[in-house]
Amino acid sequence: MGGNVSRMNRDATAKSQRGTEESPLVKGLLVGVCGLFLAVFLLLPLINVFAQALAKGWQLYWASLREPDSLAAIKLTLQIAAIVVPLNTLFGVCAAWAIAKFEFRGKSLLITLIDLPFAVSPVVAGLIYVIMFGLQGYLGPWLDRHDIQIIFAVPGIALATIFVTFPFVARELIPVMQATGREQEEAALTLGAGAWRTFWHVTLPSVKWGLLYGIILCNARAMGEFGAVSVVSGHVSGVTNTMPLHVEKLYNEYQGPAAFAVASLLALLALVTLGLKTLLEWKQQREYQNAQVSATEAAVGRQPE
Amino acid sequence: MIAKRHNPLPGFGLTMGCTILYLSVIVLIPIGGLFLRTLEMSWADFWRLATADRALAAYKLTFGASLIGASINAVFGTIVAWVLVRYEFPGKRFFDALVDFPFALPTAVAGLTLSNLFAANGWLGQFLVPMGIKGSFTPLGVVIALTFIGLPFVVRTLQPVLESFEREVEEAAATLGAGRLRTFFSIVAPTLLPAIITGFALAFARAIGEYGSVIFIAGNKPYESEIAPLLIVIRLEEYDYTAAMALAVVLLVVSFLLLITINLLERWASRYQT
Repeated sequence: MGGNVSRMNRDATAKSQRGTEESPLVKGLLVGVCGLFLAVFLLLPLINVFAQALAKGWQLYWASLREPDSLAAIKLTLQIAAIVVPLNTLFGVCAAWAIAKFEFRGKSLLITLIDLPFAVSPVVAGLIYVIMFGLQGYLGPWLDRHDIQIIFAVPGIALATIFVTFPFVARELIPVMQATGREQEEAALTLGAGAWRTFWHVTLPSVKWGLLYGIILCNARAMGEFGAVSVVSGHVSGVTNTMPLHVEKLYNEYQGPAAFAVASLLALLALVTLGLKTLLEWKQQREYQNAQVSATEAAVGRQPE
Repeated sequence: MIAKRHNPLPGFGLTMGCTILYLSVIVLIPIGGLFLRTLEMSWADFWRLATADRALAAYKLTFGASLIGASINAVFGTIVAWVLVRYEFPGKRFFDALVDFPFALPTAVAGLTLSNLFAANGWLGQFLVPMGIKGSFTPLGVVIALTFIGLPFVVRTLQPVLESFEREVEEAAATLGAGRLRTFFSIVAPTLLPAIITGFALAFARAIGEYGSVIFIAGNKPYESEIAPLLIVIRLEEYDYTAAMALAVVLLVVSFLLLITINLLERWASRYQT
């Protein structure tokens, strides 16, 4: 009897799969095309960075990284990230709080405006700051008289980087904050907690993974930005060259292995970013599932064995 | 502001003020400044600079290569999303995570490694160049770079739609006697189409403005393999600010139009998701 039923079930599944699934041949073909496409466009370029960086041996690799100009580029890149990421995080939290927790007119316009930097070409992003702060720009003559240099100096690089990484934190945080709702904060406030305390102990813990996710993406782009920074940097080796700009300079000077050595550090950064991103997604999903399981348990009530 | 009275949460004024201030200083005022400066030119000057022969050649390459790159991604991105959602195979999670690689990898590194791969002595170039496929320092290189940077968009837009797609509908079609191909084209494809088009538009918009990865692989010959963003940089380096601004305004207007299109597309696509 039991065997009969299970065979019938199996027949039924096999029949329904014929209509809802592809034949093994088509399946294999699609998996093959997908694998080949990803291998050529993603895997090979990634492996190639490290292979070329180490093509002339470890010694040259280390030597190219420890060259003064490379060290200066690494330092500048870290410095820029240290300025840009906290500022954009602060802005992202402010924007997400206002947008997710309150209703007001023009909200969707504000969200579109926050997304705007993603639509603008990095080169144009650099250009608008040259027009604002450059010698021929609006504020250029005034800045020059007061001996303040923004374009072709660190502040300009920081500004251009802020522009291109502007939406990351806000964009990740807004949906997460909207999903958590307002009830918990309202409860905390009713119980007498102050505004800051409510924010630190109620809001922040509930959105921490989304916030971290945004910060990681923002940091990766801040360290890797090329176009916008290239326009405002002035390309002074050892002074205003970030790591990506230094890669370009070495490449133009036909120093292939050295260019790939510096590039390999940026590729490592990309790999770490991807790893952390995958870990965070997995963590978020697990917390979501746990919350659902405990909600179901609470609804059903624990059944005695 | 009526709803605000019922909302006991603090900090609206403060956070909204900071948001508007920061947005204005970083984004709105500088972009407005560019447009204001451009208005100082006469319309005839603007038109002459924006439609110079070299500029037209650059737009043609930028838009053409972006279109081809986005189309390649629409086709292969759909296959990748389908395979990643529907099938089980070894290394699936690794490939899934790897799809975001073009987002995470600095564009300069992407350009550097791609131009090396497709060069005559590179891993792929040593086979492709003798066959007449020159990927490095040609317009084809531009397409390769733009395909790389646009790769995640179609996959990532399509994946959630495929995941939430109800298999029961396919089963119903199959039960009613439709073959797999017919089920796919009359049931599955129309549902996926809005997401595919949205992903295509996102990849296209990103490709239009791309600079870093392209300049390493394109060869950058005027009239032949020179993209529009590069021409802006060249004009800036010649201190020809008006020409740079005219080109930038053209690119900005195209970006804005694409942004509006994408917003409309996303609204259209979300209507198909329940």
